[in-house]
Amino acid sequence: MLLGAIPLLPFVTFVVLLLVGARLPRYAISFIGVFGIACSAICALICASTYTGVQTQIYWAWIGNINFAFYLDPLSLFMTCMISFVATWIAVFSVRFMDEEDGTARFFGSMNLFVASMLVLVLADNLLLLLLGWEGVGLCSYLLIGFWYKNKAAGRAATKAFITTRIGDVGLLVAMLFALVLLGTLNIQDLLGQAAINWKPGSMEATIIALCILFAATGKSAQLPLQTWLPDAMLGPTPVSALIHAATMVTAGVYLIARLSGLFALSPIAQTMVLAVGAATLLIAGLCALAQNDLKRVLAYSTMSQIGYMFLALGAGAYSAAMFHLLTHAFFKALLFLSAGVIGYCAHHEYDMFKLGGLKKLLPLAYYSFLVGALCLCALPLVTSGFYSKEFILSGVLFSIDGGVFAWMSGLLGAFVTGLYTFRAITLTFFGEAKTPVVHKPGPLMAIPLGVLALFSIVLGFLQTPEDLFHIHKIADWFAGSFPDVRLHSTLILPEWSTLLIASAVSMIGIAVGLLAYKKSRPVDSVFTRGLGFDDLYGLAVVVPYSFLSRLLRRDIFGEMALSFARTVYSMAAFLGRVQTGRLTDYASLITFSLVVILAFLVLR
Amino acid sequence: MTSVIESPLFLASSIFTIGLLGFMVRRNLIFLFLAVEIMMLASAYAFVTLSNQFSDVDGQLMFLMILAVAAAELCVGLAIMMRFEERNKSLNADAADHLKG
Repeated sequence: MLLGAIPLLPFVTFVVLLLVGARLPRYAISFIGVFGIACSAICALICASTYTGVQTQIYWAWIGNINFAFYLDPLSLFMTCMISFVATWIAVFSVRFMDEEDGTARFFGSMNLFVASMLVLVLADNLLLLLLGWEGVGLCSYLLIGFWYKNKAAGRAATKAFITTRIGDVGLLVAMLFALVLLGTLNIQDLLGQAAINWKPGSMEATIIALCILFAATGKSAQLPLQTWLPDAMLGPTPVSALIHAATMVTAGVYLIARLSGLFALSPIAQTMVLAVGAATLLIAGLCALAQNDLKRVLAYSTMSQIGYMFLALGAGAYSAAMFHLLTHAFFKALLFLSAGVIGYCAHHEYDMFKLGGLKKLLPLAYYSFLVGALCLCALPLVTSGFYSKEFILSGVLFSIDGGVFAWMSGLLGAFVTGLYTFRAITLTFFGEAKTPVVHKPGPLMAIPLGVLALFSIVLGFLQTPEDLFHIHKIADWFAGSFPDVRLHSTLILPEWSTLLIASAVSMIGIAVGLLAYKKSRPVDSVFTRGLGFDDLYGLAVVVPYSFLSRLLRRDIFGEMALSFARTVYSMAAFLGRVQTGRLTDYASLITFSLVVILAFLVLR
Repeated sequence: MTSVIESPLFLASSIFTIGLLGFMVRRNLIFLFLAVEIMMLASAYAFVTLSNQFSDVDGQLMFLMILAVAAAELCVGLAIMMRFEERNKSLNADAADHLKG
């Protein structure tokens, strides 16, 4: 019963704010908005503490033999707790961030609808309900990116995000249709079972469905080839960037692949594609992050890159590593975005790094929280959660048969580049001389969420440590049995402690070079700044032909036929209306004329 | 010569037609009124003629009523014409075409 309350409470909050929100005073809207998500988090934590095992809660029979049902297993419980907990603290932060904005009812309503949809997505027991949540988060992403609707660029960015993810959704729909026709069911557990029975590993059907799912996941998670929307999505309010485009919606793709891991296990081709997409994205996004001038765009490309790491792990079969990194990334990326939000709130939404500077002294709250997040992102050895989760991924990738040395090396290169761009951003924003004054001061409503996120960013790392280093394996134990076993090499290429050292060294070198090399940086405008030309490519290859075709087809035969009736009637009306001159004498003439005609007819008949 | 009754009716209809044609072509409100009066005269004459023909005095009563109605109508019409002239600064009936189209 409590399970159903988890997505229901934010949904009810959304309805309340939708109906009466505009008439409520500001403190009431903020309280209701935060309360909905906070109650959801409390319910999730209660469910977690009373978790007894895998269960399905069926609420009602929906369509055919598809039910509105929630499936609670280690994976969905993990996601549920993470989503609701992080969302709560971001909502608390937004109360202060939005305290001078209009339309907060719309903001908190959309945020609650988003949390409800995301929770439905992760708890769904069948693909149709998952699609409901999937589309819901896409809608809320549109509403929230375009929150400042008077800014036309934000509206265009929102449309771009929605359309790009929609293109990915075609993949999900095709996969669902295939599953329904070939396997006869959309229930996820039944689907996986039937697939395992009917299809051998490497079969064509499994590969097609898995590739379609991968396409859908790249759309939502902003990976190649559908990654172009994420940097532009930064035009929305910063808490939105923290919640949707760092911690939650962009992880929906990772969740989808992890959920259907049984299907990917049947298709080595698809799994290799996941690996390739992950590796390519993490490198390309890292390089693009190095060439950005805007702080939030650096963080956007950073998110893209880190989700590339998760895809890398998924492709190598290291599912628990991907989920662990998802968890730690949610916390430290939200921390990074909210620190940027402090800067934005206090300095008139100025995010251009070359116009900021010296914020270490002016905004110590932002500096220290950003620093903690940045060190986690760069995987500073031993004390940060990012180190443990990235290490879990890299060792999983190296030692699994599906992964390999090349994937591992791209992960290492990515770690180096991560250090570079992160500390470039820190050098430009926080060190040096201040170019923009600070007009606002942050308050406790901002400091407390930052503190909580920072604490968890450090502490959560200790849920899974390598064998040679404390050997804690809480995460691996939690997910035991949920995923297909990772296929390890029988003999290890390198001993584990040496991979640990190599990874740590790479991270630290990256941090050091990043700190030293960018002191005298200038604004940059290269092909990397513009996302490697993908926007222009898609504009030319997709947008131009589509607009041309739609303009061509605007006048179609049926429309013209229908309109021709209307046009005929109008022209006849205009013509016949000329009889009505409004003049008395003309009407008298008409009467006389008609009278003569009638009389003539009667007389001469 | 045709039968007795036809000549006066012929005269009445001629006068009526003259009035009708006058109504159709005139622009000035006073002349329109004049034309209406002519038409009323013609119909009144027809009434009197027929009362003589059928030796029924009701026709002549009708004649008196038509005269009274014409007089009353004249008063109201003059009042309307005065207001019309104040608004439109002329007595051109073509100026009152607001119900055009």
